Amino acid sequence: MVPFAGWEMPVQYEGVIQEHRAVREDAGAFDVSHMGEVEVEGPRARELLQRLLSNDLERIEPGAAQYTLLTNEAGGIVDDLIAYELDPFRFLLIVNASNRETDFAWLKEREVPGSDVRDVSDDYGLIAVQGPRALERLGLAHAPAFTFAEGEVAGVPCMVNRTGYTGEEGVELLVSAEDAGALWDAVVERGVTPCGLGARDSLRLEVCYPLHGNDIGPDTDAISAGLGWVCSLAKEFTGVDELRRIKDAGPERRLVAFVMQERAIPRQGMPILEGGEVTSGTHSPMLDRGIGMGYVPAVLADSGTELTIDVRGRRRKARVVRKPIYRREE
Amino acid sequence: MPAESYPEDLRYHPEHDWARIEDDTATLGITWYGQDALGELVHYEPPDVGATLTKDSAYGEVESVKAVSDLIAPLSGEVLEVNQKVVDEPETVNADPYGEGWLVRIRVSDASETDALMDAETYRSHLQTL
Repeated sequence: MVPFAGWEMPVQYEGVIQEHRAVREDAGAFDVSHMGEVEVEGPRARELLQRLLSNDLERIEPGAAQYTLLTNEAGGIVDDLIAYELDPFRFLLIVNASNRETDFAWLKEREVPGSDVRDVSDDYGLIAVQGPRALERLGLAHAPAFTFAEGEVAGVPCMVNRTGYTGEEGVELLVSAEDAGALWDAVVERGVTPCGLGARDSLRLEVCYPLHGNDIGPDTDAISAGLGWVCSLAKEFTGVDELRRIKDAGPERRLVAFVMQERAIPRQGMPILEGGEVTSGTHSPMLDRGIGMGYVPAVLADSGTELTIDVRGRRRKARVVRKPIYRREE
Repeated sequence: MPAESYPEDLRYHPEHDWARIEDDTATLGITWYGQDALGELVHYEPPDVGATLTKDSAYGEVESVKAVSDLIAPLSGEVLEVNQKVVDEPETVNADPYGEGWLVRIRVSDASETDALMDAETYRSHLQTL
């Protein structure tokens, strides 16, 4: 167990690699109840969120969700989150555990009459069930990604969200805090492998989902991070002018994915000798190689470019690849 | 994964390294406790053949998905051989830490250093204190 954002979290249950493989080949469960939930309600809730979040809520309707960013004046990323439209006047934001207080304070300070912002994190547990057999094991039908509906698993009522952080099909089950333990037990009884933070990190990195605090943060902008696709630059929101400028000028550096060409495991903070540094790194169980992401000068961002990672004083070759690093063979 | 064990014929260093001493050579590796604490190994960074090891200093690294750990030399000496099987398949250490999962073979430069190492019983007592 390790401390994480004020919670005691398991790095692994049985082993990172077997948990990782379970998610790629069958189904794995993650207790992500530490994540924060913020509800924004009222006749002006949409207006408030449209001004503060980068993506355009007009693209979704009740029953749908979208990946979006809470941005600062410099176009930096206060947090990345998923916004769920519960009804036209009520939105649920599921945010990173480590940013729960920052996000809530950020939204609360900018609240307007007719938009009520509430931190409801303590009311809910969240259990992600991910993998090609996740739905089958839970007895759930397929549904489009980024939709949600009220439902139940093994008799436990929950909000069934078609979202995740592994690149696999699956759900994130939002459940009342008092039912979370029972839901976890029911999921595991159905043969879903319990997975810890270790596998969560290696799974998300294989599919190049950024981790706030590693790959993105208040000092990194969405365009350089490759998250321009969640920024609706046609609308007005915090930092949009700066993001438009960066997009027009072209970013000076870009967040790239790379695969090691020699035996070595890149880690966060290691220098990239051509410029920049590793923001996330691990061993990929699927590729059986070191993989990572990092910011490099934009001229070095094309796939195929060779990089040199300083692995504790040893120079090891890596190659820039297209994202995602891992793709299921169809 | 094998059951926890600490063979009687080995000598142990408190940083979870073992030495099998035969005349003036020694085979080195990490203990069951060491591999269990790290989890499944995915990388072994060995020293070069001919390199000099200094007792209590790092001579290489092993890594699991989440962590990297220095390998601490239980004895000083010159590297005669590196276990290429562990370079290619680091998980061999988890499967057989005292056999197929050995890490290096060295020529011991100061036989008196072995006196400072622990026997299996003392090492087991040391683990109780962690």
